[in-house]
Amino acid sequence: MFKKIPRQKMREQDASVRIKNFKEVPFGFTLEMAKTEALRCLNCEKPGCVEGCPVNVNIPQFIKLIKEGKLKEAIRCLKDYNLLPAVCGRVCPQESQCESSCVLSKKWQPVAIGALERFVADWEREQNFKECPDCEPFNNIKVAIIGSGPAGLTCAGDLAKKGYDITIFEAFHKGGGVLVYGIPEFRLPKEIVAFEIENLNMINVKIEYNCIIGKTLTINDLKEMGFEAFFIGVGAGLPMLLNVPGLHLNGVLTANEFLTRSNLMKAYEFPQYDTPIEIGKIVTVVGGGNVALDSARTALRLGAEKVVIVYRRSEEEMPARKEEYHHAHEEGIEFQFLTNPIKLIGDKNDNVVKMECVKMKLGEPDKSGRKSPVSIEGSEFIIDTDMIILAIGTNANPILTKSMPELKLNKWGYIEIDEEGKTNLEGIFAGGDIVTGSATVISAMGAGKKAAAAIDNYLKIKYLKKR
Amino acid sequence: MPFKVLEKKELGNTGTLFEMILDTPLIAKKAYAGNFIIVRVDEKGERIPLTIADYDRDKGTITIVFQVVGKSTKMLSCIKKDETILDVVGPLGNRIHVEKYQYPVVIIGGGVGIAPCYPQVKELKEAGNKIITIIGARNRELLFWSEQMNSISNELIVCTDDGSEGIKGVVTIPLRELLKREKISIVIAIGPIIMMKNVALTTSGIDELPKVKTYVSLNTIMIDGTGMCGGCRFVSTDGNVHFACVDGPDVDGHIVDYDNLIKRSKRFSNQEKKSLELYDKECQALNKLKNKSFS
Repeated sequence: MFKKIPRQKMREQDASVRIKNFKEVPFGFTLEMAKTEALRCLNCEKPGCVEGCPVNVNIPQFIKLIKEGKLKEAIRCLKDYNLLPAVCGRVCPQESQCESSCVLSKKWQPVAIGALERFVADWEREQNFKECPDCEPFNNIKVAIIGSGPAGLTCAGDLAKKGYDITIFEAFHKGGGVLVYGIPEFRLPKEIVAFEIENLNMINVKIEYNCIIGKTLTINDLKEMGFEAFFIGVGAGLPMLLNVPGLHLNGVLTANEFLTRSNLMKAYEFPQYDTPIEIGKIVTVVGGGNVALDSARTALRLGAEKVVIVYRRSEEEMPARKEEYHHAHEEGIEFQFLTNPIKLIGDKNDNVVKMECVKMKLGEPDKSGRKSPVSIEGSEFIIDTDMIILAIGTNANPILTKSMPELKLNKWGYIEIDEEGKTNLEGIFAGGDIVTGSATVISAMGAGKKAAAAIDNYLKIKYLKKR
Repeated sequence: MPFKVLEKKELGNTGTLFEMILDTPLIAKKAYAGNFIIVRVDEKGERIPLTIADYDRDKGTITIVFQVVGKSTKMLSCIKKDETILDVVGPLGNRIHVEKYQYPVVIIGGGVGIAPCYPQVKELKEAGNKIITIIGARNRELLFWSEQMNSISNELIVCTDDGSEGIKGVVTIPLRELLKREKISIVIAIGPIIMMKNVALTTSGIDELPKVKTYVSLNTIMIDGTGMCGGCRFVSTDGNVHFACVDGPDVDGHIVDYDNLIKRSKRFSNQEKKSLELYDKECQALNKLKNKSFS
């Protein structure tokens, strides 16, 4: 059967049209396409896809339910494992997770698991079929979740289902963390994030916005307020900067700033929205991850005439999601691989006008297992550019950790946890980028899930002892 | 939940300076001199960083003072007593370092920067310091808080650019006299970048004046204010990069590259102008409509 049916492909906005708007690129499967794609799944006895998924979604089961047309059951099945399927269907790197372990991928193309997940979640939202997940009775035990990104939302959802009294504390005026400030609308519509958060409200999860733990309140304040366990999922912090001259120039900005302006503050709708954004004619983005691609594609949509991505390794090592790389190509983004900036050059008004680069070659593999780039002497060259966006990663956010010196950190300032997600302090757990450094949405969700199980365990033991 | 404006009044006499007291019990509990907050007026609004001008832990309030310079501050100025501001978050940034110094402390506020000096004077005075305060503005219409500054300072010097009140000239004129007159432990300056630059230059050991440790408060462009966006970064004269939101806002005045700071502060001046023009047009059109419907 699967041999005859080709992998279904979502219809997409044409590249020439979509570079002028911020609407989502793929349209998603139709019911017919989803059912056809579902037929390709072999329902393996030992499904590799499940093992490839950081939260171990029962993939063959939900696909089987699609095949049978039982979409309500399919969404329920997905949500037993993953509370944010509409998000994950869109932003997970399926090609290196579930789909890479699909048995079909050895000879043919893998089942389009991500697109199917997205289909079921979108179907639920479009039907406005809101079903409250089964929750254990409310137990009045207060747990604080710090940060409303993917790790925090997942941890909150899992614990709320177990009956805990959950409050999420969010520093921004909107919930979702990187899902709202980092990932652009054309990749993840914000309405979807808002919907997922609303679903959490349905199971009594409360969110306190504009509340920075470590500043507005401390964990000790929360303890006094009756919170008994804590999950720290505050995410990434200060952007890394290049160690080259010229960082002070106007027109040089971090991807964090560029994307936060555009995504969270909706600067792409300036002046209807008040936050401004600058855009160059020739925009150069430094980096090779999803954030670099998001920045480049945002710049294009804001009106840049030419956008070039400069990456110090080769195409093969690019950590970006494959589909996005493909989309960026289609949209006309240029790529300069094995290239590294060594100097940013400004005019007399301190506006950036050029960037000096050096060619790189790949040497021995480094700690990450990727071949480390080495500069080729004498290969320096200069490119014209009037805007440079740095997307080379982030450091640990110091705000919360500075307020609790007793919390154990590693030498880079990330929180140290054990295999369950416990920190060195009793009742305090952590996960996501504040533990691992920049990673993916789904790995943060996996960490949130693991910590939720550990928090449940911790509180159960604590209350058994009390009795 | 939106935050209530408990008091609002105009300062000076130009229709551009305003003081607001906000109902923010959580922030009031944690606020100190040097901290700032971020406010957002409505759903489409910018995040505006404002240094805290006073706090009252018992009443659960903080005071902000701002000058209307663009659309966002204009909208903020249109909020009346008992109305609300959509978002207020803080206290952000580091509190100032407070200790009992051997010699007097000179605190200099210029323009709207007079306001954030107030809690600094208060906290340093409480720590037992002798405080000499200098406040300056372009003219007397833009001066404010002279009396309350006087009441908590050991000495108050007022100056205006046009001489309409106090000494005629800029704040560095009385500062030079002070540096000649007596030993000073530290100088703190809050105000326009150019003023802070000149204060830092005056205290850097030039013209046979003594070199005095100087702090300035940076009000750079920022979005989140929590060490995430990197927009507030500034370079020091040694080329190192710092972030005003988590390393400041009060920093060593002698390491700042002020010329670059001025250039960076104008990053969005075109957009800001456009935004304000559009807003003014909208307001005019709205007023016309209102007048019509009443006549």
